[in-house]
Amino acid sequence: MNAADTAFVLICAALVMFMTPGLGLFYGGMVRSKNVLATIMQSFILLGLVSILWAVAGYTLAFGKDIGGIIGNLDFLFLNGVGMDATGAPVSNIPHLAFMIYQCMFAVITPALITGAFAERMRFGGFLVFTTLWIFLVYAPMAHWVWGKGWMAQMGALDFAGGAVVHMSSAAAALAATVVMGKRKGYGHMPFIPHNLPMTVLGAAILWFGWFGFNAGSALAADGFAANAFVTTHLAAAAAALAWIFMEWRHSGKATTLGAASGAVAGLVAITPAAGFVTPMPAILIGLGGGVFCFLAVILKNKFGYDDSLDVVGVHGVGGTWGAIATGLFASINKATGLFYGNPSQLWIQLASVAATWAFCFTASLILFKLVDATIGLRASADEEDRGLDLSQHNETGYQA
Amino acid sequence: MKKVEIITRTFKLDDIKAGLSEIGIKGMTVSEVKGFGRQGGHKEVYRGAEYQVDFVVKVKIEVVVEDARVADVIAAATKAARTGQVGDGKIFVIPVEEVVRIRTGETGDAAV
Repeated sequence: MNAADTAFVLICAALVMFMTPGLGLFYGGMVRSKNVLATIMQSFILLGLVSILWAVAGYTLAFGKDIGGIIGNLDFLFLNGVGMDATGAPVSNIPHLAFMIYQCMFAVITPALITGAFAERMRFGGFLVFTTLWIFLVYAPMAHWVWGKGWMAQMGALDFAGGAVVHMSSAAAALAATVVMGKRKGYGHMPFIPHNLPMTVLGAAILWFGWFGFNAGSALAADGFAANAFVTTHLAAAAAALAWIFMEWRHSGKATTLGAASGAVAGLVAITPAAGFVTPMPAILIGLGGGVFCFLAVILKNKFGYDDSLDVVGVHGVGGTWGAIATGLFASINKATGLFYGNPSQLWIQLASVAATWAFCFTASLILFKLVDATIGLRASADEEDRGLDLSQHNETGYQA
Repeated sequence: MKKVEIITRTFKLDDIKAGLSEIGIKGMTVSEVKGFGRQGGHKEVYRGAEYQVDFVVKVKIEVVVEDARVADVIAAATKAARTGQVGDGKIFVIPVEEVVRIRTGETGDAAV
């Protein structure tokens, strides 16, 4: 056990915790004012719900002893055997409890990312039930496959901080949500204008800040790889923010603050799987790619006309996929080698993991959404949607006249 | 008594307040309003999606004065608010039947 590593991982866990309310503000600013609280709530309450689910059973399903490469066993049910020393933990330098709570924060933010897809039309009860099922049946297996010595890890797939586990998985679920739930009332012939972009920019800033804990912390030690991940994370966000605003400047005549915030997040998503495997200059290229590809994906969505309200697929899906592929191209440190450094097989492994992640997460999420829809219901009634979710789901309003 | 209602560009509010203060107007009611007229709306772009915003934000200033001062108020407000471009706004003059000062119970011109 190492005291510096322990301190570092605990602080990083706190940084990642802060990302979820940050995401709430990021999303909350983009919806109409009648839905601001409901949108923030869909992120914030997951600090409650998922933390408990994680401690009870989520952690052991993800990080219990491997069963056939598919799922963890129940050794750590109710955190049994997860203690103050490293016994049973995947790493020996920090307390098992520190590893568990760090992973808990990842489990919290991942389903919060999905909420952007069904913003402004989801019933609160259905949302809680869906999230509960999703954590056990989609997130825990994904985390196990990639980080819990499951089949993707055994195959050699590289995912430093969650390109597949966090971003592609949530984006695939987001896509399933738009398929099952359909468009918001009036979508396409009514303006859907963000009601408070300063809130969104503040949220993006909190996400950027917290992401240092997310990516650098994924080194699970206060060492050079953590420093490398910190730097690559920052440079990719910087490059992507610039790439996005220059793209939109060209496309629609002006650079926007929403574009700068979206671009930064796109870059952070793109570097997530690569942060500990690439050096700073490739990180800038990954960020630029993230900004450009995610911007194009969002434009394309407007043409397709499917209502992924806050662009979860465009930003997290496309950014996460690009990041996973880019890891297979640019990896050069931390015992990883990509195509450009003489190892073409890594790219194929990455592509296989991308395809498997999308296929599994989309299918499983689609089934879960349909299941909840058929039983307790997913979508708010037309009248509830008109009045706004703040009032219809929570009996309160964000702003007094 | 008349109510003079001035609807114009928001950034002209301070100029109008100064202009009316100069001719001795000691109170007004101000609200932010939305509407459209010949100026039309504008375009907003969010993540590449264009929206036409038809309602333009304007400021509405309401002043109640004795009949004799209406012309002065209109002149001062017009002078302060005019840019010469479409969108300068309009002034409406409306008869007021009664005014009551709540604190004292005074009515009519004395309450203005």
